[in-house]
Amino acid sequence: MIAELLSETPAIGFKRRYRVLVAKLGLDGHDRGAKVVARALKDAGFEVIYTGIKQTPEMVARAAIQEDVDVVGISILSGAHMALVPEVLRLLKEYGAEDVPVVVGGVIPWDDAEKLKAMGVSEVFFPDSPLSQIIEKVRELAEKRRKRLEG
Amino acid sequence: MKANDATVLIEKAISGDLRSISRLISIVEFPAESGSEVVGNIMKILMKRGGRAHVIGVTGSPGVGKSTLISKLIAMFRKKSYRVAVIGIDPSSPFSLGSFMGNRIRMQIHTQDPGVFIRSMATRGVRGGLSASTVLVLEALDGLGFDKIIVESVGAGQTDVDIINISHTVLNVVMPGAGDEIQALKAGLMEIGDIYVVNKGDKPEADITLKEVIDVLNYEGFVRESGWKPRAIKVSAVMGTGVEELVGIIEEHLDHLKKVGFFEEVVRRRRIYGSSIVLRHILENRVDEIFRKEGGEMLRLVSEGEIDPYTASIKIMNRVLGRAF
Repeated sequence: MIAELLSETPAIGFKRRYRVLVAKLGLDGHDRGAKVVARALKDAGFEVIYTGIKQTPEMVARAAIQEDVDVVGISILSGAHMALVPEVLRLLKEYGAEDVPVVVGGVIPWDDAEKLKAMGVSEVFFPDSPLSQIIEKVRELAEKRRKRLEG
Repeated sequence: MKANDATVLIEKAISGDLRSISRLISIVEFPAESGSEVVGNIMKILMKRGGRAHVIGVTGSPGVGKSTLISKLIAMFRKKSYRVAVIGIDPSSPFSLGSFMGNRIRMQIHTQDPGVFIRSMATRGVRGGLSASTVLVLEALDGLGFDKIIVESVGAGQTDVDIINISHTVLNVVMPGAGDEIQALKAGLMEIGDIYVVNKGDKPEADITLKEVIDVLNYEGFVRESGWKPRAIKVSAVMGTGVEELVGIIEEHLDHLKKVGFFEEVVRRRRIYGSSIVLRHILENRVDEIFRKEGGEMLRLVSEGEIDPYTASIKIMNRVLGRAF
C-alpha cells in the first residue's frame, strides 16, 4: 500500500488545463459579454486570463504569448473589428505564435465574419450564439492545439 | 524534447525571446505533461544559474489592491532598468477546477515592455496561497536572469502564509476600514510582513489604520529572523503616492539581507520549502484518492454517526500503511 501511495499519478497541480485569453480589443468598454463568456469558460473548467478593456492588438498578442494560452478570445463591439483583428493575427504570427487559434465575438456583420475567417480567425460568435456552443468550439480548438504540440 | 532542443530553448529564453521564455515556463509549470526527465534537465541548468533574483512576495486580502500596487512597483523598477517577472496567482474553482484570472488587468500597461514578463497561475487544488508549480516557475525565472520576481499570492486570508517561505521581501498589503486592531493582533498574516503597506491611503481612515499597524508592530517588539524590524507605510497605488518611498524601503530591506548574509539563506530555504510544497501536494492527492477508495466501511460508519472522524481517519491510515499509528 505504501508503494501505491508513492506511485506517479500526476497531482492536479501539475496537470495543464486549457488556457484561454479573453480580451476586449480597441476603444470599447462594453465588457458585459466578455465577462459572461469568461465566467462560463471558468465554470466549464478552463483557466481564463482576462485582460480587461481597451486593449491594443499588441497587448493582446503579447499577453497571449506570455500566458501561453491555447485559444485567444476577442470581444469587440465597436465596429473596428476589420481594422484591429487582422493586426492581432499579424502580430501573433510575427511572434511565432500563429498556431494559437483566435475566436472573435461581438456585433459582427455576416459578411465581415466570413472575411475574418478567410483571414485566419477560427470562429466568429454573434450576440445570439449560445454559451454552450462557444464553450464547445473553444474546447475543440484548445484540444486540437494541445494535440498538435504534444504529437 | 531532446536535451539539445532544451539547451537551445534555454539560450533563446535567456537572450530575452518572449515566446521561448513562455514555452520554458510552461514546460516546468506542468511537469505531469512535460515529463520529469525533461523538467529535471532544464531545471538543473536554470537553478545553477539562479539564486540571484530578488523575490518579492505580495499578500493581503482580495480587493486590497495588490495587483494595482504591483503595476506601480513594476514601473519604478523599470526606471532603475531592472528586468521584472510577475507570477500572479488566482484561485481555481473547487468545483470545475477552472479559473477566472484577472491579475493582469491592472498590469497590462507593462505587457508591451520587453523587460517585463507576467504569468498568471491558478491555485489548482493547493491551499496556502500559492500553487504547487509556483516554486518551479519561480526557480526557472530566477535562472533566466530576472532581477526582480514579484509573486502575488492568491490573497485569500489569514492562513495563506506560504509566501513568506519563498520570498526575500514580503509586502503585506492592508487597507483602511477592514477591521480594527483585533484583526491585526491575530496570528497569521500580521506576523509575516517585512513591510506593511496600508493601501488606499487617499481614504480618510487610512491614517488610523497606519497607526494601528504601527502600534501592533511596536508593542510586539517584533524583529524578523534576519534582524529586520518590520516597517509600515501608507500608499495610494491608484494615485501613485508613497510608491517611490515604498520602493526605497524594499531596496533597504534587500541591502539589509545582503549585509547580514541572509539573502542566500532565503534561497536555500525557498528551495527546501518548495520541495515540501510539491511533496505535500502529491501526497495529498494520493491520500484523497486512497481515502475514497479504501475508506469503504469506515466512511459509511462515520457518515451515519457511528464513529467519529478522528477514529475513522486513524483506522483508514492504519489500513493503508499497514501499521498502527
